[in-house]
Amino acid sequence: MGMVHVKGKNAGNVILYALSTCGWCRKTKEFLNELGVAYDYVDTDLLAGKEKDIARKEILKWNPRCSFPTLVINNKQCVVGFDKNGIRDALQL
Amino acid sequence: MNSRLSDDAIAGTMERLDKEAEEGGYHLNPDKEFVKNLTKGLLTNVERYGYMACPCRLASGNKEEDLDLICPCDYRDQDLVEYGACYCTLYVDDDIKAGKKEANPIPDRRPPPEERQSTTQSMMAAPKGEKEMLRLTYPVWRCKVCGYLCARESPPLVCPICKATKERFERFL
Repeated sequence: MGMVHVKGKNAGNVILYALSTCGWCRKTKEFLNELGVAYDYVDTDLLAGKEKDIARKEILKWNPRCSFPTLVINNKQCVVGFDKNGIRDALQL
Repeated sequence: MNSRLSDDAIAGTMERLDKEAEEGGYHLNPDKEFVKNLTKGLLTNVERYGYMACPCRLASGNKEEDLDLICPCDYRDQDLVEYGACYCTLYVDDDIKAGKKEANPIPDRRPPPEERQSTTQSMMAAPKGEKEMLRLTYPVWRCKVCGYLCARESPPLVCPICKATKERFERFL
């Protein structure tokens, strides 16, 4: 899956499932940039065919509504939506 | 996002959406930059799928499956009542429009995939068991976006209130 890596300080394995067209996904990316943590993201709407299916299945594991943004931390914890406090807590910042 | 979309096209669509919203008693988010990005997302989805799928939801690309999330979505009006804004926050209530309240992200009301079903066929038929009760001269159609009702042979091409297209109507009576 075409993940984009954003450099920053290590706060664990941070994966963001986003949509390129979504305002709250954009705000989530900006917030992670502000926090200065390293993360990987994928704009799920830009994927096609198998890759899109793989991403959707992965998101469904964490978030049965398959809504965006979905942030998965250390393959253990998930924050759904642009939830600043939730993200800070999950990243222990 | 698609960069082929011109600023003029985006500005034109924003203007149209704002005019239509105000005419129907709705408001766009007062945050112009946010609305600009959402409009860009909507137009990107028109190019990509052929319809204005919600920019904050993952469209399948199959119009029939996505009818409920074509903007304005089936969930907008309920979300405006409960949260003062729709899911993507393109539409907001009076307080947010006036700057008295801030628009915040809200949970998605759209049912998860397994609970959704394509109901196009059943939606065009008269509700079961009620045929005998009422003898109507015309069937009554309901706009699933805003609740507008009209009695005529078929739904209007475009809802006069919220501008949803005819596929968004269901048989009400």
